[in-house]
Amino acid sequence: MLTEEEKKEIQEEIKQYPYPAVACIDALKIVQNHRGWVSDESVRDIAQLLSISNEEVDSVATFYSRIYRKPVGRNVILICDSVSCMILGYESLYNYISKKIGVSFGGTTSDGRFTLLPISCLGDCDNAPVMMINNDHFNRLTIEKIDELLDRYK
Amino acid sequence: MSMVKITIDGKQYEVKPGKNLLETCLSLGIDIPHFCFHPALGSVGACRLCAVKKFRDKDDTRGRIVMSCMEPVTEGLIVSVEDSEARAFRTSVLESLMTNHPHDCPVCDEGGECHLQDMTVMTGHNYRRFDFPKRTYNNQDLGPFISHEMNRCIQCYRCVRFYRDYAGGRDLNVYASRNHVYFGRYEDGTLENEFSGNLVEVCPTGVFTDKTLKNHFTRKWDLSNAPSVCVHCSLGCNTIASERYGSLRRIMSRYNGAVNGYFLCDRGRFGYEFVNDEKRIKTVQIRLHKNDIKVEQVENSQFSSTFDKLFSKDKFIYGIGSPRASVESNFALMSLVGKENFFHGISQKEYSLTKTISEYLLQSGIRTPSLKQVEKADAILVLGEDLINTAPMIALALRQAVRNISYNEASEKGIPVWNDAPVRELAQDKKNPLFIATLFSDSLDEIAEEFFRSSPKEIAKLGFAVAKVLDDKAPDVKIENSYLTRIAGEIAHSLKNASHPLIISGISYGDESIVHAALNIATALRSAGSNVMLNMVLPESNSMGLSLLPGKPLENALVSVEDKEIDTLIILENDLYRRISEDSVNTLFKKSRQILVLDHLVNKTTQKADLLLPAATFAGSEGTLVNNEGRAQRYYKAIDIKDQLKESWRWIDEFIKIRNESQTVRWNRLDDIVESLSDELAVFSKLKKYTPDADFRMLNAKISRQTIRYSGRTAMNANIAVSEPELSQDRDSPLTFSMEGQQENPPSSLVPFYWTPGWNSVQAMYNYLDEPDGSMKGGDPGIRLIEPVEGAKNSYFSPGSLDVETKEDKWIIVPVYQIFGSDELSSVSSSVMQRIDEPFVIMNQADADIISAADGEYSQLEILQNKLKVKIKIDNSIVAGFAGLSANLPGMPFVNMPCKGKFHKL
Amino acid sequence: MERPLTKHIKPGSVSLNMKDYIQLGGYGNLQKALKNIAPAEVTALVKASNLLGRGGAGFPTGVKWSLIPMDGDKSTPKYLVCNADEMEPGTFKDRYLLEGNPHQLIEGMIISAYAIQAGKAYIFLRWAYKKAEKILREAIADAYKSGYLGKNILGSGFNLDLYVHSSAGRYMCGEETALLNSLEGKRAMPRTKPPFPAISGLFGRPTVVNNVETLSWISHIVEHGAEWFKGLSLTPTGGTKLFGVSGRVKNPGTWELPLGISMRELLEEHAGGMTPGHKFRGALPGGASTDFLIEDHLDVKLDFSTVAAAGSRLGTGTMIVLDDKTCPVAFIHNVEKFFALESCGWCTPCREGLPWVEKMLASIEEGTGKMEYLDLLNFNAKFMGPGNTFCAHAPGAAEPLQSGLKYFHDDFVKHITDKKCPWR
Ligand SMILES: Cc1cc2nc3c(=O)[nH]c(=O)nc-3n(C[C@H](O)[C@H](O)[C@H](O)COP(=O)(O)O)c2cc1C
Ligand code: SF4
Ligand code: FES
Repeated sequence: MLTEEEKKEIQEEIKQYPYPAVACIDALKIVQNHRGWVSDESVRDIAQLLSISNEEVDSVATFYSRIYRKPVGRNVILICDSVSCMILGYESLYNYISKKIGVSFGGTTSDGRFTLLPISCLGDCDNAPVMMINNDHFNRLTIEKIDELLDRYK
Repeated sequence: MSMVKITIDGKQYEVKPGKNLLETCLSLGIDIPHFCFHPALGSVGACRLCAVKKFRDKDDTRGRIVMSCMEPVTEGLIVSVEDSEARAFRTSVLESLMTNHPHDCPVCDEGGECHLQDMTVMTGHNYRRFDFPKRTYNNQDLGPFISHEMNRCIQCYRCVRFYRDYAGGRDLNVYASRNHVYFGRYEDGTLENEFSGNLVEVCPTGVFTDKTLKNHFTRKWDLSNAPSVCVHCSLGCNTIASERYGSLRRIMSRYNGAVNGYFLCDRGRFGYEFVNDEKRIKTVQIRLHKNDIKVEQVENSQFSSTFDKLFSKDKFIYGIGSPRASVESNFALMSLVGKENFFHGISQKEYSLTKTISEYLLQSGIRTPSLKQVEKADAILVLGEDLINTAPMIALALRQAVRNISYNEASEKGIPVWNDAPVRELAQDKKNPLFIATLFSDSLDEIAEEFFRSSPKEIAKLGFAVAKVLDDKAPDVKIENSYLTRIAGEIAHSLKNASHPLIISGISYGDESIVHAALNIATALRSAGSNVMLNMVLPESNSMGLSLLPGKPLENALVSVEDKEIDTLIILENDLYRRISEDSVNTLFKKSRQILVLDHLVNKTTQKADLLLPAATFAGSEGTLVNNEGRAQRYYKAIDIKDQLKESWRWIDEFIKIRNESQTVRWNRLDDIVESLSDELAVFSKLKKYTPDADFRMLNAKISRQTIRYSGRTAMNANIAVSEPELSQDRDSPLTFSMEGQQENPPSSLVPFYWTPGWNSVQAMYNYLDEPDGSMKGGDPGIRLIEPVEGAKNSYFSPGSLDVETKEDKWIIVPVYQIFGSDELSSVSSSVMQRIDEPFVIMNQADADIISAADGEYSQLEILQNKLKVKIKIDNSIVAGFAGLSANLPGMPFVNMPCKGKFHKL
Repeated sequence: MERPLTKHIKPGSVSLNMKDYIQLGGYGNLQKALKNIAPAEVTALVKASNLLGRGGAGFPTGVKWSLIPMDGDKSTPKYLVCNADEMEPGTFKDRYLLEGNPHQLIEGMIISAYAIQAGKAYIFLRWAYKKAEKILREAIADAYKSGYLGKNILGSGFNLDLYVHSSAGRYMCGEETALLNSLEGKRAMPRTKPPFPAISGLFGRPTVVNNVETLSWISHIVEHGAEWFKGLSLTPTGGTKLFGVSGRVKNPGTWELPLGISMRELLEEHAGGMTPGHKFRGALPGGASTDFLIEDHLDVKLDFSTVAAAGSRLGTGTMIVLDDKTCPVAFIHNVEKFFALESCGWCTPCREGLPWVEKMLASIEEGTGKMEYLDLLNFNAKFMGPGNTFCAHAPGAAEPLQSGLKYFHDDFVKHITDKKCPWR
């Protein structure tokens, strides 16, 4: 079941558009904002709210890389693995983080604290290597900075 | 239309403008490989297989690769299909598509008629250079009709484009992206759309295959095929029926540009299994004593003595025909018993409604549209007919009709009609006006401009009101409802301003005022100078054909005998218990000394037979059906019937011989009876000439039902005898049960399968059509028996009383027909059976509250001496005081609806 | 040297707010346009300036606008969309403009919308640009408050609503027609062209899609005129351009420079040359979807046509430098993996070709590659070439691949013969 708040936010988006289905991506993002990811149940709920089929919602949901159709941890670490960050050594950064939290790309720590994912170029190549944790952006990273950084996310 | 000159590989052609290069080439017989283009779905340019070289002008020697499906045919176009770079590119497309393909042709149901196989051979891809593991998918259970094997997918997007864009289905889609796209449902479960079976033909490989075929799988090349006609509703879609080892293996769509085009509904495609049912009547059976249940088989040698007794000259015989038997069989029966003693085998109500319609059409100046013309309509009123269940392919045609409004605007913007995605994008939700007046909501509502939900009488009122707005001379109706007045005005306005207005109605609500109203609208539009089309849906495959024969309704048989006794009552392919009340049938039977029944399957009527004769089904006989358009269409034997099985008309012919020894004309073959019919009844006069007779030969040969690759003829029966059985002779048609014969391009009504060199898949059809999505070469099969009459004058029906009283505790029970379940024969198919609902009643919430029933609960419905256990389904679209009862489901008694009913707690 | 686009961008990525923007004369050009210039004249002015689109393809902006039907039914909505998706690896110029001077873009958009008489405008923003999103939303709110957006803007009778749509992540969204599908709440699949968005765009209505940098120019062109704009570049192209350099250079960053400066100048004077101990081996001059240029090309002048003549594309103008300590095969593999992951899955060469390429490159990099792969890589690069695919994604991916195979052939061979990556 969608919460009243989620529903209200989605309705707000619908108003902008010529028909409700246009708000599909917005709705997915709103739900993910509140819950971290989009469950099968949420897909059904969104479908109902927008008067479209589950298939239509999931077709869109599975297309976009920033819609998570599987549960993620409380904090999502996104390490840029694109070319400029590769040149500047994202791999050692990744290895360090991966070892430290004990999961590789795609994994979630057993305490649900972190999910570790690759992301393509974050548009900050002159400050590589770059990563995001949740909505926060970090650049010119060095292994030394990582411990302190991760500590901020519980 | 002025033609344009184009150059293909150095050769000049004059072609029609407005098409794309791919379809143009295909109609010229130039094979360009392709996947994603489908003539009914248009072009999207996804697969990139149809690449050709395009040259700027004569001096351009380099040219550039373009997709022929996206290339408009314009004056002076210069292209090369054979260009080596274009060829190499097409081969590369195949190579890359095959990188992940499982190469499982030997175990794939599509093998041997696979578009992907055809294209692999056509492009010449034969060596695999991809040496990495293949991507794999999980498959889904999609219900009783369709199997799913995603690993074979080549991502042409045809499935979703057909299912979603063309057929309006919502529960199939594409998921994920890149080379992980997945086509399926959100979760396992039955594909809900009524046209899902077309995926089998639309999908170019073995992702979606016919699950019912799996149970008795046969390769295309091992099937023996016949052009056939669907027997499950009144639209007469053309089919190909295919046989092996004496059983019917599958039904595929047979192209008819004027009727079903490329497609079929699921009832038509999957309803065939009754032919193979265990309960099929295959021998002549006789009841030993009147009250003895025991039946005994009759040997061939005993036939004459048995029949002599029944049909001798002095016997008083009644014949009961059937709307699901061929025109010929009904005619034969009529000839046997005489017009006076021939009954149509349908209730008084159905009889008079059908007659009203056929007589109106025969005398009016109004055209009955083909399904293709339905697609061209630009303003449509559906008055009281639940199309998706009673005439599914009209519903599909309407989905196309509402779209064609966008074609003009697209053309203005330079977007050709075949450029599918932009045309849809441009149209947004703009649609041709479609008005639907029905009892409850269905999936067509979403494309309707407006829908009107009410009782049958109110719907009729709306119709009369529309007629009145259109023509002041039309009879008046009293209307208190301002909404109704407004919408009637709107409908009239839309219809009047349209260039191809269309009225669709029918008799399934069992209400003559609806029929009268529909006919009045047509009359009114015509008198206003409109080019109106009128499509009246009838209940069964030969309802129209039967209606064109003399004869009386079933009840008359009862009344007319009174205290006489019938010596022999002969019932043709008809379960009378589905037609009138049980008591009436029993009374009729009591008055009959001998009951002879001809039918395919055991039913309540056959159980009462004193003599039961096995009648061939559509798949084992030739005959003519007349669809609701008035189009007579011949179907041909797919199965070579053996032993005691015979066509009904052949059985009857024997009786005629007994009854009338002096009769010199014998019906040795179908052509003979068709000739008698044509000569005797003027409406059928065109019948004898429209399709080649049995003597027809092409290059001195008959037309083969089997492909040249048919295998196992000498071995098929080796378990019985090692010698090759004698080839059975088919005296009724120019088709032969053999692969020896004419294979290429027979006359359009005689096409048993599609095959041309290079094309083993259904796409071989291109070579049978004058152009993709056009007509069959030589004209589409079938002959219209009903044509508008020049200068005809129609009079109006008067509305009569349209008042209904509803009572607190009594509901008016209206019929709710079901695509799966309401049709007698298809309901015996095991796959269809899985889709049949248990008996139910739909009513709105407030009414359900009155009888304190919740959605999904059971209740007892007391209705005309019957007590039925029904499931309550809440549907707030149905108006208060009315409840819809699932009609004619297997096992349900006949109920003459609309009628009153009462609910009791169970 | 003039730097019209960036001169007011404060260092340390502090955004220029409404007050400061107005103090610098901001929104004056909007007033000027609304009061004194007819919509068609704005288009004519932009056309005269020869402003080439800065989104990568370099299509003349004025020409694009002039395709919008201006005489049609007034009730037919029209749209303006700013493409701020910027997801091409190695590209980071739009972010700089979005965060640094949002009002420059907004003012440019209002004038542009006025020129084509669009009533609604969208900024299609990359998901990851959270800071830019915040800045833009605030800036738009401010613009509404000051009457630059909304109904009857500055009393001119012109109405415009401007929305920010933050994406759900996918490179394909940057392709202008896929972007429109995404704005419609659908899968971001590219559309057939023709019809071009100017004829049938968002919701099937006339639409212009322009890049952030392109739109940021508009108010300047209105202010100073077409001739001024043309004079900004060193070659006849017109205008300055945001250039960027990333990779192992001393001073990676973004600079606004005249079109037509040489690659050497950009690399050495602005990016400070290679970091000590590293040698230049080549560069993708305009983002991941452009062909490699190598040392021989260092004197190539960076504008659209000259770079094209040298066998590459100016693209987004943001250069990714390959140094001698980075394995070229790994570099190319990284780029191709990106493209393979971001393929939308619509057309065959891209959907099937890219994963094949990616697998072969991975295999070569791991030391399990075969000599035949070199032919197969070339084969696939050609297979995914322009005209063969539905949109420009796969042809873009083919560029670094085909040129990399040419320029770093020996490195590929060495991987295969040594059965290992020499850099590992
Ligand atoms: C795969 C792909 C991705 C693209 N991504 C972007 C992008 O992120 N930003 C952008 O401005 N243009 C992008 N483009 C180019 C756009 O399609 C379009 O040409 C551009 O937005 C037009 O703006 P302009 O005329 O101002 O250059 C991309 C093109 C392709 C084929
Ligand atoms: S090149 Fe083809 S598959 Fe690739 S992104 Fe474009 S349309 Fe999609
Ligand atoms: S048929 Fe032309 S691209 Fe598929």
